Amino acid sequence: MATVLNRKDFVSDQEVRWCPGCGDYAILAAVQKTMPEFGIAPENTVFISGIGCSSRFPYYMNTYGFHTIHGRAPAIATGLKISRPDLDVWVVTGDGDGLSIGGNHLIHTLRRNVDIKILLFNNRIYGLTKGQYSPTSEVGKITKSTPSGSIDYPFNPITVALGTHGTFVARSIDIEQKHLGEMLKRAHAHRGTSFIEILQNCSIFNDGAFNDVSDKALKADHQLVLEHGKPLIFGKNRDMGIRMNGMRPEAVQLGATVTEKDLVVHDETNLSLAFMLGHFEAPLPTPVGVFYAVSQPTYDGAVNQQLVDAKAKNGAGDLRELLSRGDSWTVN
Amino acid sequence: MAVPPEAAEQAAESHESAASAPKPHVKRDQVVIRFAGDSGDGMQLTGMQFTSESALAGNDIATLPDYPAEIRAPQGTLAGVSGFQLNFSSNEVFTPGDEPNVLVAMNPAALRTNIGDLQPNAVIIVDREAFNESNIKRAGYTSNPLTDHSLDKFQLIEVDVSKLTSLAVHGLGLNNRAAFRCRNMFVLGMLSWLFQRPIDNTITSLKSRFKKTPELIEANIRVLTAGYNYGETTEMFASSYEVPAARIAPGLYRNITGNSATALGFVAAAVKAGRPLFLGSYPITPASDILHDLAGYKNFPIYTFQAEDEIAGVCSAIGAAFGGAIAITTTSGPGMNLKGEAIGLAMKVELPMVITDVQRAGPSTGMPTKPEQADLLQAMYGRHGEAPVPIIAASTPADCFDCAYEAVRIAVKYMTPVILLTDGQLANGAEPWLLPDPDKLAPIKVEFATNPEGFLPYARDAETLSRPWAVPGTKGLEHRIGGLSGENLTGNVSHSPANNELMVRTRARKVAGIAREIPPTGVFGDASGDLVVLGWGSTYGPIREAVKRVRANGKKVSHVHLRYLNPLPGDLSETLKRFKQVMVAEMNMGQLLKLVRAEYLIDAFGFNKIQGRPFKVSEIENRINQVLEG
Repeated sequence: MATVLNRKDFVSDQEVRWCPGCGDYAILAAVQKTMPEFGIAPENTVFISGIGCSSRFPYYMNTYGFHTIHGRAPAIATGLKISRPDLDVWVVTGDGDGLSIGGNHLIHTLRRNVDIKILLFNNRIYGLTKGQYSPTSEVGKITKSTPSGSIDYPFNPITVALGTHGTFVARSIDIEQKHLGEMLKRAHAHRGTSFIEILQNCSIFNDGAFNDVSDKALKADHQLVLEHGKPLIFGKNRDMGIRMNGMRPEAVQLGATVTEKDLVVHDETNLSLAFMLGHFEAPLPTPVGVFYAVSQPTYDGAVNQQLVDAKAKNGAGDLRELLSRGDSWTVN
Repeated sequence: MAVPPEAAEQAAESHESAASAPKPHVKRDQVVIRFAGDSGDGMQLTGMQFTSESALAGNDIATLPDYPAEIRAPQGTLAGVSGFQLNFSSNEVFTPGDEPNVLVAMNPAALRTNIGDLQPNAVIIVDREAFNESNIKRAGYTSNPLTDHSLDKFQLIEVDVSKLTSLAVHGLGLNNRAAFRCRNMFVLGMLSWLFQRPIDNTITSLKSRFKKTPELIEANIRVLTAGYNYGETTEMFASSYEVPAARIAPGLYRNITGNSATALGFVAAAVKAGRPLFLGSYPITPASDILHDLAGYKNFPIYTFQAEDEIAGVCSAIGAAFGGAIAITTTSGPGMNLKGEAIGLAMKVELPMVITDVQRAGPSTGMPTKPEQADLLQAMYGRHGEAPVPIIAASTPADCFDCAYEAVRIAVKYMTPVILLTDGQLANGAEPWLLPDPDKLAPIKVEFATNPEGFLPYARDAETLSRPWAVPGTKGLEHRIGGLSGENLTGNVSHSPANNELMVRTRARKVAGIAREIPPTGVFGDASGDLVVLGWGSTYGPIREAVKRVRANGKKVSHVHLRYLNPLPGDLSETLKRFKQVMVAEMNMGQLLKLVRAEYLIDAFGFNKIQGRPFKVSEIENRINQVLEG
């Protein structure tokens, strides 16, 4: 039956051309390593991207691939998935491609719950156009286009996705290979739009953008790994936790007075909790993992069901009958 | 208004007393009727229903709906007037008619808006009660046109439509508003009598239209019948008219609008190609009906995706094309602007799809419900870089079927996006359509690549220069395509200067090569002469009729009408050069004119109209005569 797939089945013959030290290498490695586990042949897998550094991704995957135009990958993927529900469709996008020029397509794809997997590489900068601020750049950021500091308030990809009632919303980090692999597996197993924000370093234009959560020395104290059904605990010594103080979350030291029982227990099906976690900012830790995952009928599934229903009700389309429908008359 | 029951019975049953003395029929060859009223008065429905009756009676017909962009402009105002014009004849009909000989005006605004278009001595039928002081004022009249003798050169027929309608529905428990809304059926009934049209078909259609509200079926049928009987009974009409059936080619016919024909052309193409049809579209006037129609044909199978915007409409279609569907998108001018980048992508990666632009009057939002032909150069050149795309234009509502079908055939054969141009007049206008035999439609062959041996995504067919269609799911053909300049044969990203030029020229040659299969250019009239009128799209009707008329007067004038606008037919240059003068008549500032002048170094000149209204036959006829007189 199915032959066992391995990493090489997903590696194309094209030379990878990202900058040395780019976080995209790590993401590509994680994807190529994880894909064989899905047991889906490369010919049934399609990677679709827009424009930007991240969007070169399909060239390096030995699957079907389509490097399209800026921001439009979710729309192209939607058309493909609706008409070819048999395919495993992935979208690779970035913070500029997905949240700025293509923001409309991203939110509507999530809203519809089309069964595609969206990987949004967030490096909080425009890389391919050589270093302008992006819709996720922090206020005050000095870039080529903002010499006096950016005055735009940034988007938070997680809360944007949650705001559309996206059915699977997660975050991971480029160099966290194990965690990223786990998130890819969860995303793939989910039926509906899966959205993963992948925090990604740009070694040229925004180096160290996520140092606090990716640097080995710092990350334990700044990363909060979300696990369904488990209390929110973090810290080098696993002695910090998140507790509710009235309606507000706070970081607390575990000890004699505060125990695990006092902490918030993560529930992936709780949208309010997901929003709260999505809004975490320093001094609270940065959550990674699955914020929200619920099961809901997919758009492509419903569309194809309507076709099946129409055929069951009216029979297969009959062109001759259709053409002569309505009032017709014969001229002799 | 309380109505005595006796009066209602009288209105509904008065025909019985008069039926014994039928009035004479007067024969007419051709009648042009315009129905005009508030946009809520149901004039489009009335017009379409009368059209169906006339088509069933065997007339040749052409229609032109003319409605405002506002769904319901303030009642009684000029801005809110909605019109529907119908030309029905016992001869061949090419246009909806220049000047109506019958106008139905449901209120003063409708009268004022349309009076200038009428033939002298035309019949004007008005709802007398609608000519009250406030409506008269709202229409901008200073005195009542029904009484101030300003209509003396017309045959004015005043009917108490509103009152007779409410009498007819008395006892059904309808509120005033609902009763008032049946007025259009009274008019339809009256005109059906006047032109001896059976109303059975309208009754059937009312029954299906108001399926869910049986009380409205009853009301509308009562009013329709009352109108019909009123025509017979009233002394206002001395006779009824008869427009005998036209002599048209034998076969099975139905009445069809351009948008419906476009939708059916795509369905037929997908069926013949043996692939599902995918429409990605965003609602826009006047194209939305194609989406509505196709959404009802899901069992074929047809996917219709109402996208979040115009760009997603075209992009979803590109995705579906990548997956092997017959992919289409539909729009109008503003949407064409937005789709430009994506069309360029489809052209560059060489995926088949059809973009339908139902042109409307621009620029910008322009006049959304009015036709124009000013998107031709956008279709030709509206993309960055060298991005040639085949263009096909439909010339009549029924021709939309053939053109939609042909557009898909070319797209699939040449692996290219194709632009189909129609316009608001074709979209909503209707004519009888001789139903095609599905078995006799040109074949549309879809052959997906399957053999991995030596597979190259941009290898080309020697004759067509078409590349293989290799769809995801095919083992061993995994490949990547994209907008970046691609290497010959492999499609891999390449920035080689020579390769780029090779690819640009190859794609251009592929599109130009389609000219091989364009049939010889047909000339209506002699193959040479003093003047040829060149046209494309919906100007077909008025040009053909005008050329017929001047030829009947012995003028050496011919008509050439183009379906293929890119590439142009290979024999067009020599065809045009056989005439002393070439006049290009278009509803724009001279776009085809620019193309033929640039392509053929012909000193052609233009005749142009940019009013959101089709040419009148007389306008073209007069212009031809002026030109010939030098």
